[in-house]
Amino acid sequence: MDVTLKLKINGSVRTLETNPERPLLDVLREDLQLTGTKYGCGEGQCRACTVLIDGRPVTFCRLPVSRAENKEIVTIEGLAKGDVLHPVQEAFLQEGAMQCGYCVPGMILTATSLLEKHPNPTEDQITEWMNGNLCRCCGYPKIMAAVRRAGEVKTSIR
Amino acid sequence: MRRTRDLDAFPEPERYELDEASRYRFDLSRRSFLGVTGAGLLILANHEATEAQTRSPRDSIAARLHIGKDGQITLMTSKVEVGQGSRTQLAQAAAEELRVPVEQINLVMADTAQVPDDGGTAGSRTTPSTVPAVRKGAAAAREVLIKLARQQWGVEGTLKVEGGMITDPATGRTLSYADLAGFLDLSKSFEQAIPADVKLYPVDQWTVLGTSPQKANARNIVTGSHRYPSDVVRPNMLYGKILRAPSYRAVLTDVDLSVPQKLTGVAVVHDGNFAGCAATTSFQAQKALDVLSSKASWKTAPHPSSKELFTYLKQKAVTDESGPRKQRVRSKGSLQEGLAAAKQTARASYEIAYIQHAPMEPRAAVAEWQDGQLTVWTGTQQPLRVRRDLADAFHLPEDRVRVIVPDTGGGFGGKHTGEVAVEAARLSKGAGRPVSLRWTREEEFTWAYFRPAGLIEAQAGLAADGRLLAWDFTNFNSGASALESPYEIPHTHERFCYSEPPLREGSYRALAATANTFARESFMDELAAAAKADTLDYRLAHLKNERLRAVLQAAVERFGWQGARKHRRPGTGVGLACGTEKGSFTAACVEVAVDRARGAIKVLHIVEAFECGAIQNPENLRAQVEGCIIMTLGGTLSEEIHFENGRLLNGRFSQYSVPRFKDVPPIETVLLNRRDLPSVGAGETPMIAVPPAVANAVFDACAVRVRSMPIRESALKS
Repeated sequence: MDVTLKLKINGSVRTLETNPERPLLDVLREDLQLTGTKYGCGEGQCRACTVLIDGRPVTFCRLPVSRAENKEIVTIEGLAKGDVLHPVQEAFLQEGAMQCGYCVPGMILTATSLLEKHPNPTEDQITEWMNGNLCRCCGYPKIMAAVRRAGEVKTSIR
Repeated sequence: MRRTRDLDAFPEPERYELDEASRYRFDLSRRSFLGVTGAGLLILANHEATEAQTRSPRDSIAARLHIGKDGQITLMTSKVEVGQGSRTQLAQAAAEELRVPVEQINLVMADTAQVPDDGGTAGSRTTPSTVPAVRKGAAAAREVLIKLARQQWGVEGTLKVEGGMITDPATGRTLSYADLAGFLDLSKSFEQAIPADVKLYPVDQWTVLGTSPQKANARNIVTGSHRYPSDVVRPNMLYGKILRAPSYRAVLTDVDLSVPQKLTGVAVVHDGNFAGCAATTSFQAQKALDVLSSKASWKTAPHPSSKELFTYLKQKAVTDESGPRKQRVRSKGSLQEGLAAAKQTARASYEIAYIQHAPMEPRAAVAEWQDGQLTVWTGTQQPLRVRRDLADAFHLPEDRVRVIVPDTGGGFGGKHTGEVAVEAARLSKGAGRPVSLRWTREEEFTWAYFRPAGLIEAQAGLAADGRLLAWDFTNFNSGASALESPYEIPHTHERFCYSEPPLREGSYRALAATANTFARESFMDELAAAAKADTLDYRLAHLKNERLRAVLQAAVERFGWQGARKHRRPGTGVGLACGTEKGSFTAACVEVAVDRARGAIKVLHIVEAFECGAIQNPENLRAQVEGCIIMTLGGTLSEEIHFENGRLLNGRFSQYSVPRFKDVPPIETVLLNRRDLPSVGAGETPMIAVPPAVANAVFDACAVRVRSMPIRESALKS
């Protein structure tokens, strides 16, 4: 039942033997120890499990791992360059945009994809894009501030 | 079924600190389980040695903190970090008294093998109880270090302490804490008890408290490297799944293990009413569970439906005069006299639905047995209680059980219990390997406990001039927090009655203060109207408490209440409310737009004023207040658990609506900093004023009085 799969994760190729029906979330967390990606609901409603697949945010808590083959997967662990945080991570840090922090990896990856598409997002664009991500601490105001800040920083870099 | 603590020993009637008997009755001697047929059974765990200071007397400095030879300071506490900011705040408390930068303080939290007993994390007690305890411990350590420096130098005079350095002003000589730790055995020097009267820095000399340092652990959170309880990995670990009943009160009558036992790499554990599986992947464990479920037989039992909930709660009300479920009654004057003298009376009743905490991280635990010693990493607000529960469940002395709580993905009062720890430990014992058990979202909705539902009945009598003469207020089932009216009324009768709740209940952020404040502040609005008085003036006329008046006035001023009342647009309305609980004070003003045809409410603007004494961390306080405001909007507008035939009808996020980005209105918080008053907790009370302010604004908008949490569409449409 197990097959050999090659996954491109955070810039390197990982080969593993596994049941192809397993959710990618389980494979990342249980086989590759990439536990920054979280389980939250199992139905794509909270987006704690967000990763970037070919640059697009995907809630993959039920996505079979075989469907992620030959695609570029970026998890929260792959966002910083060594010790240098990604501007979105830095913005979350500067704004203190976290309480328990469990939703933060998914928030950061969703925000990253927003800023790739809309480098200078309006308030409505931020709200619309981020609305699928839940934060039960309800730290939304500070998360909004972090996304705004990241937009400003990214714009000023360009 | 429940064991009740002596509630009268607590300063306020608090029904949420109930202990439950375990849902499992393990018969460990006759257990039936299969070993793992896949990989070997090698267990590699090796616990870190228990720190020497934990063997010190409980009230000693050494039990509270440790200074390493590198000058790094380790502070120990049984409090947990679930997002409310205790890790940072307690580090600030220690840094303040030791006069070091906050980064120099490292916290060991909630590892029962290492920490002193500060109690669980509940009731907003960290700020008023643990912060002072930590400050005393740190201040005592500072005094010992000064004494040691004096001895080193053979001087008597006053020494200066700053930046972790002790300076002799007479000579300019310095010694750092690291220097002293380098050539002295500080653990031994710290074995003395913490003096009760040790001198603390007064508020006007605070340098770290009162500021907002970066949240401890923040970098690990943004890089995804922080390990929450569900991320803990032990060598050779399996992943577990538990067989759940198909409905509440259903009893497992029979289960055939033979088929799931044949699956590769799967351990099946069955013990009394407990059954579950563990395997090398969650996927495999789920497959085994699916097979196990198909082989299980259950005996179901009748269970009431949420449709008849409020009638049921009142019918089952317990009116005992004594015993653990006796009524809580507070009265003043004579209710009968007050009502008799009244020129008009009014009555109303309010319904509070069951809601679920739904923290982002569902319950999770990793359990590991080694040489008869059990270690469990789990997300709980009560590590010491969970240790006791584990010891009870497995017939062990408590010193054979160690509970470690990594910083956890949300609690909100919902993680006081240790059921997931017990389950993981039972699977691990059966499988002979460490087991990680992570509840699914559906399990968290269904099998975690709920915020109690309640029915509140209120009656009031008004004098000819509209003044409140009599006040009769009964809460059925939801709780006694903030039961007492803060208003000046000569004749009052306030009562809380237990009922026989159909669902498992427990603590929830702000407890019943939300329900009681909702009912009281909604009713006050109705009474003001009956008295033909302005709703703000009516409150102020009955309010002596200066702190409550101050937040009310701060909120209306920032909101521009008078202007907003006069110039509201069609279909919109404004409302206000105030309340106090756990020593802090809050008031909210809210503007809403109501679309009655659609049964929809849109919150347009919220101002909340809050006061909790001297502010210790302004940014964290703001985050707590904003988080409370938004979270409580969920209970006000949408959250409600439905159930029928013993099953939840909406136990998932696609069916149970919690606040999202789009639901967040413009929010302004006014934080009053009373540096002349002791600091109290702030993670709960900011919940309580918003729901009635919303309900009052809805009435202002469309003249429909809503008397339920959540406000139901049907009430607006009718």
